Amino acid sequence: MAIDLTVNGTPQRVEADPDTPLLYVLRDDLGLNGAKFGCGLGQCGACTVTVDGRAVLSCVTPVLLMQGRAVTTVEGLGTAEAPGPMQRAFIEEQAAQCGYCIPGMMMRAQALLQERPDADDAAIRRALEFNLCRCGTHMRILRAIRRAADTMRHAETAAPNGRAG
Amino acid sequence: MGRRKTRHNAVERGLIGGAAVLLALGAGALAWAWETAIPPQPRPAADSFPADLVAEGARLAAVGNCIACHTVPGGRSFAGGLALPTPFGTIHSTNITPDEDTGIGRWSEAAFTRAMRRGVDREGRHLYPAFPYDHYTRVSDADNRALYAYLMTRTPVRAEAPANGLPFPLNIRMTVAGWKLLYFREGAFTPDPVKPEVWNRGAYLAEGLGHCGACHSPRNALGAVDEGRAWAGGEAEGWTAYPINRDSPAPVPWTADSLSFYLRHGWHPAHGVSRGPMAEVTGNLAGLPDADVAAIAAYVADRMGTPSAERRRRGEDLQALVPRLSADAGTPPGASLPAAGGLSRPPTAGSEGTASGGDERGEAVYRTACATCHESGRPLPFGGLPFALSTAVNAANPQNIVNVTLFGLPPGDGTVSAVMPAFGGALTDADMVALLRYLRGRFSDQPPWDGLERLVADTRSGAHHVAVRPADGIERAPRNVGAED
Amino acid sequence: MSDHSPLPLTRRGLLAAGGALVVTVSLARPLPAQTGGGGARPPKPAPGSLAQTPRLDAWVRIGADGAITVFTGKAELGQGIRTALIQVAAEELRVPPAAITLVTADTARTPNEGYTAGSQSMQNSGTAIRAAAAQARVLLAQEAARRLGAPADALGFADRRVTAPDGRTLGYGELAASLDLTVEVPADAPLTPPDRLSVMGKPLPRVDIPTKVTGGAAYVQDLRLEGMLHARVVRPPSPAARLTALDSAAVETMPGVIAVLRDGDFLAVVADKEYRAVKAMRALTTAARWEETATLPGDTPIPDLLRGLEREVGTVDANGEAGTIADGPRSLRARFTRPYQLHGSIGPSCGVAVMGEDGLTVWSHTQGVYPDRKAIAEMLRLPPERVRVIHTEGSGCYGHNGADDAAADAALIASKLPGRPVRVQWMREQEHAGEPYGPAMMIEAAASLDGNGRIDRWTFDVWSNTHTTRPGGAGALLAARHLAEPFPAEPAAMQITPAGNGDRNAIPLYAIPNTRVLWHFLPDMPLRVSALRSLGAYANVFALESMMDDLALLAGADPVEFRLRHLEDPRARRVVELAAERFGWTGAAPAPGVGHGFAFARYKNHAAYLALAVELAVDRGSGRVRMTRATAAIDSGAIVNPDGIRNQTEGGIIQAMSWTLFERAVYDDTRVTSVDWASYPILRFASVPDRIDVHIVERPGDPFLGTGEAAQGPTAAAIGNAIRAATGRRLRDLPFTPDRVREATATG
Repeated sequence: MAIDLTVNGTPQRVEADPDTPLLYVLRDDLGLNGAKFGCGLGQCGACTVTVDGRAVLSCVTPVLLMQGRAVTTVEGLGTAEAPGPMQRAFIEEQAAQCGYCIPGMMMRAQALLQERPDADDAAIRRALEFNLCRCGTHMRILRAIRRAADTMRHAETAAPNGRAG
Repeated sequence: MGRRKTRHNAVERGLIGGAAVLLALGAGALAWAWETAIPPQPRPAADSFPADLVAEGARLAAVGNCIACHTVPGGRSFAGGLALPTPFGTIHSTNITPDEDTGIGRWSEAAFTRAMRRGVDREGRHLYPAFPYDHYTRVSDADNRALYAYLMTRTPVRAEAPANGLPFPLNIRMTVAGWKLLYFREGAFTPDPVKPEVWNRGAYLAEGLGHCGACHSPRNALGAVDEGRAWAGGEAEGWTAYPINRDSPAPVPWTADSLSFYLRHGWHPAHGVSRGPMAEVTGNLAGLPDADVAAIAAYVADRMGTPSAERRRRGEDLQALVPRLSADAGTPPGASLPAAGGLSRPPTAGSEGTASGGDERGEAVYRTACATCHESGRPLPFGGLPFALSTAVNAANPQNIVNVTLFGLPPGDGTVSAVMPAFGGALTDADMVALLRYLRGRFSDQPPWDGLERLVADTRSGAHHVAVRPADGIERAPRNVGAED
Repeated sequence: MSDHSPLPLTRRGLLAAGGALVVTVSLARPLPAQTGGGGARPPKPAPGSLAQTPRLDAWVRIGADGAITVFTGKAELGQGIRTALIQVAAEELRVPPAAITLVTADTARTPNEGYTAGSQSMQNSGTAIRAAAAQARVLLAQEAARRLGAPADALGFADRRVTAPDGRTLGYGELAASLDLTVEVPADAPLTPPDRLSVMGKPLPRVDIPTKVTGGAAYVQDLRLEGMLHARVVRPPSPAARLTALDSAAVETMPGVIAVLRDGDFLAVVADKEYRAVKAMRALTTAARWEETATLPGDTPIPDLLRGLEREVGTVDANGEAGTIADGPRSLRARFTRPYQLHGSIGPSCGVAVMGEDGLTVWSHTQGVYPDRKAIAEMLRLPPERVRVIHTEGSGCYGHNGADDAAADAALIASKLPGRPVRVQWMREQEHAGEPYGPAMMIEAAASLDGNGRIDRWTFDVWSNTHTTRPGGAGALLAARHLAEPFPAEPAAMQITPAGNGDRNAIPLYAIPNTRVLWHFLPDMPLRVSALRSLGAYANVFALESMMDDLALLAGADPVEFRLRHLEDPRARRVVELAAERFGWTGAAPAPGVGHGFAFARYKNHAAYLALAVELAVDRGSGRVRMTRATAAIDSGAIVNPDGIRNQTEGGIIQAMSWTLFERAVYDDTRVTSVDWASYPILRFASVPDRIDVHIVERPGDPFLGTGEAAQGPTAAAIGNAIRAATGRRLRDLPFTPDRVREATATG
């Protein structure tokens, strides 16, 4: 069936079996690498994207639910040449080892900070509890998200009508 | 939070009126209600308690599930401070570590036993019945001694509980005296001489320290257990506590054996995993001697009674669906279970509200979001339960299936636990309703649920507050404002 | 490893000089760090991997356009090696890091450096590239001096140009065009002196991170080749299962299904789109009938299991007269165990392969492209030169995981569909149940104190499988074992080498006059096992450093002081003192239920030195251990990228913390039941410490010392020691789950 959705701000029409998880549509039909296959069971968070601003596990989300909805992947936060605040923070904190879990972490954090720009360390940890990292990059991930939160808050203050990133 | 208050206002007005009556009652019975302070004593040395008494106390504390209410999720055990939302306002649990200033370090055993027996603290103040002394009154002196020994040998933690958020006149503890006059019956447990010893042991544990009835019974307007309908089902922290009498909605009838397994392990292949506040209960019972768990199970099974022939037959049919462990199953991990046969109705078999293709939508959602685990053939408790076996799908009240679908079963931090993702972000309210209707239609022979739209919306918004915790007690419920309290 | 020449004496033999000596055959050669003796550079033999690949142009090439390409046989595993190697080459070639193109492990292009394992990439490849780049610079300078008529030592280097004092310049490309780089790199190529380093020793942002955080194609999982198909395997449900019946007709007609492949017990499905392959795999799983045999240990306790598997004993170390240490007031005896544990990469293994006209090409996150090529070629009965294996990054690699197996799956399937690229992605449960595990281990240790509070006798008995079952031969590959004409796994043999294996770090680095260390070798592997980060060092250091704390207690000494009392190596003493100082070690218990713990090890006894102090709180009610802070001091020799060392060390501490507190593979007597993150839980954010500080001891000019695995053992021991300090209870069986801690501390 055909499903119309918005991905990273661009309207897309995808032709897919309706029960196909969003993850496979993003990776195979739209050629996006950001969302990763980690478990296919909703246990690790590597596939996290945002849907209408909220964190969603794309590996257990059938694409038919995405009709008319806005999906953001890590590609939607910026580019290697012009990284967004969340991406810049991860680069500045060197918050990756293998990096496989990182896009999921970033999207989870993005959803949190969009809803609660003042999220403290405890709230960040709570939100990230769904996301697994195996390399042990956790300290840096926390630092990067705090840094991104600072940047995004300052951007909001500087341009109250604009949305950072 | 605001919404929650709004919803409670009417209730609260009634309660406050009732409370005024309680206050009058308490004051009227002043002489009766007056309790004296028991003098403080220096904290006894930890090594003054025999190790076997402490060990017995540890087991009893597990039965009492003390740790669940007296610990802030993720905080130090028994240090109190957990906010317990009640229809009357918020009560904070107290610090029951042996800290001398903020805990019970200066309590004598007599003071401790009086609190358990009559709901009075060392200084003689009436305790709110959120502390279930209406059940604990049945605990024997010997067991109170062991509990005291256990608690007095815990690590002292200096922690002051926040003030309770109760409106006048409920903030006056004399109202509790009035409440006690109406609803509280002090008294030790009396064994039933006709019943076997194991039954009596189970009854003592379940009706006393175990306080099953505190959650599994309906309560009246003043928060007292409706004794006439004990164990007919109640509510705890936003979750339905199912009837555990003969009205149990479990598709496969419980038996003493299955209850025993469930209470011991926190899951059963024909019933699924415990969750919500029950996860803490089974987590605690895991450390109990087999005999005690079996006794509780035997007593509860007896209260549930013998299922009807019809229920029994259906239960036997459903046994075919019960996932078996590992090699017995013949179905390797990742495989689908055999088709459900006559036990689940075909997806299009006339479930209500599906004329617009909602059923197809529900089914597609089910296939990707649910079946990956719930038809995986992976052994429980890590594979999902086939829904035909699910009490949540077959119960009269859909609250629990709404809760787990919206908020998932959060992972225990580093602990073996069932994990279920939260679907609140992916599913709109309409999607939720379509999915739940599909599940009910396909996996249950019960009538469709009413009022799903409202229930889903209120649960998502936090108007209906749900405490969502993994087994290790870190509270979280995304987007559920109430849970952030 | 057959190109390593045997030496007459083992390291143990050398260490044991003067005492009872049992020499076990060794395949090892001395490592640069050992022979270097702390000097600027080992004079002989040729540094690092130059010993095997001496030619300069194997490591560094300069095009006529000035483009610089550096080659390494090592692979980026998430440890940041790519960045560190670029730094080394840029330093010696006097160019900015951005001017370097680095080609990593590829059998068609790079030197054969065996495996990227054992924290040896900087020691081996880093050392070779550095020497080759330095020599290339010398040749460029000589050529420029000749053409510009200026003395070589008066030339300047900037912007890939060589400049004479008078300002005339020549580009690297022009110079290289007339140079012969097909020369051997001399062992004494002139390295930049430590005080003139400008790129090495400074943090350089990792070159791979921007791509990874913006959704660039970074992993083998992200490869999308023209016409690529998606395959899934259906694995036997248990190790000895045999496929008895298969009705695949229905699967073959599912939408998008291209082929169902069966060869013996190897079963796979190929489809046009990935999720269709997943659905077909599920259907195929249901369509297959297996006969299973109970070959797993079930609920046999680890000590009973391991004792029952013992077939051989090797002497790892014997020194003085350790004898049998009698129980007494001045002696200790204890048994430690470690369960089977998983690598558990977040991304399950993946391989891509295509059978072209010139042969088979495989993209894999293997740790060893050459050994993998040999094994795949053997499995497919192809000459190795018809197989090319290209390393492409995967999810984090912590040893021998499913990478080689997934590559073999892809190769096997692609060989049956010539011309079509095939991508095989394992499912989570396949990764959990199918990867080789870190072996279960048991250690029995005993020690006694003399009248001065010093350890005088020490015995240490290790029960372990081998920790390396890598390819090797085709029998190391799961797919090859399942074929109708299967390749059996090679029998395991005990090899006692300087680097150690199951016995890694079993020899105490402390000065103890009488020691005896034995490896009770278990050739049979009921569960498939192989290398997991630090091999035996994790359990051995855990046991050794737990003993040290208990001996300190027995001696009435502070644990840090007690260690120093037995440490002679000044570098070891330095990291112990630094960690204690920066942590604020006082030896006193900070608060009820809170404990400090300390541990030290020099990884492999010849790589990085690491000392670690931790603070944790034990909640006796729940049994939960909350580690709040950790302070590490590390000496990795010369530093290339200090932030890389910090990142690796922080990661090592957190990963080992997860192993130590939470992890244990579970199985019944037939099947592995650790099949996902619910049944095999690992650390999540709630358990992450409040802070981890890593202090680096700078040793400019010294040889590189392997870093990546240094923290694993000390972390386990420091946690155990801190729990002991907090509760008075010594836990000796890993992991320290809440249940075990609650049980151990319930009455006390």
